[in-house]
Amino acid sequence: MAKQFGIIFGCLALGELLALIPWLNIPGSIWGMLILTLLLERKIVNPETIRPVCRFLISNMAFFFVPPGVALMLYFDIIAAEWLPITVATVISILLVLLVTGHLHQFLHNRLKRHNHGKRTSK
Amino acid sequence: MVSELLNDYLSSPLTLIAITFLVYWGSGWIQKRSQISRLSPMLLTIVVMIVFLKVTGISYEQYQKSGFLIEFWLKPAIVALGLPLFNELKHIRSQFLALFITELAGCITGIVTVVLIARWLGATPDVIRSLAPKSVSTPIAIEITRQIGGIPPLTSAIVVIVGMIGAACGLKMMHWGRVRHAVSQSLSMGTAAHVMGTNRLSEISDRYGAYATLGLILNGILTAFFAGPLVDILL
Repeated sequence: MAKQFGIIFGCLALGELLALIPWLNIPGSIWGMLILTLLLERKIVNPETIRPVCRFLISNMAFFFVPPGVALMLYFDIIAAEWLPITVATVISILLVLLVTGHLHQFLHNRLKRHNHGKRTSK
Repeated sequence: MVSELLNDYLSSPLTLIAITFLVYWGSGWIQKRSQISRLSPMLLTIVVMIVFLKVTGISYEQYQKSGFLIEFWLKPAIVALGLPLFNELKHIRSQFLALFITELAGCITGIVTVVLIARWLGATPDVIRSLAPKSVSTPIAIEITRQIGGIPPLTSAIVVIVGMIGAACGLKMMHWGRVRHAVSQSLSMGTAAHVMGTNRLSEISDRYGAYATLGLILNGILTAFFAGPLVDILL
């Protein structure tokens, strides 16, 4: 237990340290995640060691999010005042992200496939 | 006298944390019973807790004393995502360029469109900043919003709404827009509608779920990098 949490919180603490550098303007927890990935990739940390704690944390993520969600009660007035831009912008943006991402990946995937296929047949 | 004592008891962090756990447990039970997958226990718990606090007159500041103990675990949970990311590295490497270009385009589309449309419809800067990271998972989105000066609770509400729209209509939207390739669909769903979109695809197959996870993680990282600068340019 101590080892698992030591690894997770160690990565997080190191990430928070990186986040202090002004031009590395991304959250410490994201740095922590990247550091953990790097440690796993370099085989410094064995995935089996941290699997239980990672599974626990990830599968309960939704619960940890309840308090920030409850904080919503402090902002009811803003939402009531600006519900129109919020909903319209959100719906259109989702549609566009789905279509742009989907079509681009479809296109690149097919091209790569054809490319690789071409290579193979030319041999 | 008695009511005062009761009030003190109800607003103590220990009682509130117990209530939060019990409500979440009950919400999970209701979701299972009602067979409505969209009725997320998280959402239900948030609604019940807000009603509970309003009725008992306990302030949010008071709730936050116990809430902090729960919310605290968000950051280590994000770090834990490093494990699924590591598991996907093989796939990422073999088609890194295609995935990276796709995700970059998806990430920028998501931020730019939501910011411009919201601004055009007259949203205030605080709200626009809170909208920018709408497509990534809540814990990551909250962190990004905090970083770029939005309102974190507003972001969490928007993220949940985005997830519900994505999970409910995403596949239909892509079908209508002629995105046919299953892997492309999965990737897009994870990019646009984070964990909730991913869950929807994991219901269909593990492989699709893995690609959706990949979209979710890559977009989370890219949005963390780009949300701040893009919002500064566009506002």
